[in-house]
Amino acid sequence: MVATGTGKSGPKNLTTFERKSDLELLITRSFDGPARIVFDAWTRPELLRRWWAPCSLGVSLIECDADVRVGGTYRYVFGRAGEKSMAFSGMYREVTPHSRLVYTSIFEPMRAAGEAIVTATLSEHAGKTRLELHSLYPSKAALDGAVGAGMEHGARETMDQLETLVASLR
Amino acid sequence: MIETFAALSEPSRFRIVELLRSGPRSVSDIGERLELNQPQVSKHLRVLKEAGLVDVEARAQQRMYELRPQPLRRLHRWLERYREIWDARFEQLDELIAELKEEENAHGRNRHR
Repeated sequence: MVATGTGKSGPKNLTTFERKSDLELLITRSFDGPARIVFDAWTRPELLRRWWAPCSLGVSLIECDADVRVGGTYRYVFGRAGEKSMAFSGMYREVTPHSRLVYTSIFEPMRAAGEAIVTATLSEHAGKTRLELHSLYPSKAALDGAVGAGMEHGARETMDQLETLVASLR
Repeated sequence: MIETFAALSEPSRFRIVELLRSGPRSVSDIGERLELNQPQVSKHLRVLKEAGLVDVEARAQQRMYELRPQPLRRLHRWLERYREIWDARFEQLDELIAELKEEENAHGRNRHR
């Protein structure tokens, strides 16, 4: 199932969310800029700080370290004012400038759920860049155990069923 | 929230919740329709009740189980937020990219001067 993000107005680039299997989620989006700029925005901490935390939802990035090279690690600490902060962390497995990043991702409060492997692929065409963000989770069991942030990514099937269910209750 | 998800993540319980959409039912009725034995159904209903997903009401000789939509609505809103998070991030990224492009262009022009 493909779900599209809701653009507020005007010709926005659409975000798609697609559950590829029990363990995989694919997010796609296009950006109006060359791949090298998009890649920089994903890999340079001072730039990551500017977009990664969804400010409009009241979330801010408290710490952002990213040592972008194979074997290097990253850690993003984020939170809402007055609430306990949380962190995502992981290690870079593949770094191909301007086109591909592979990294592990652990939501620290749910460490026991295991690490996901995230592959970000950038392809540039006519000055625009298409991003494919693919997340692979370690096992169905990990997903089933991963309520909280892990579940955000994993339980698309349940979510799809749930949407139908909720719609019928309105 | 996590309780709601944990309760629903078990397939039989999810089927019970789906079945109860059509209206209140007794344990034996649920068991027959979903081909589960009574102790299993009772166990699942207890978990669903603890998660606030069902209510029980005594009717004549039977205890009838009824769906409570509030936790499902709350969960749904929370799930929707996941999309909102990425949409919000990407919108901020759009702005940053536009700014970086402008900077690049400005530097490019300076160089050619």
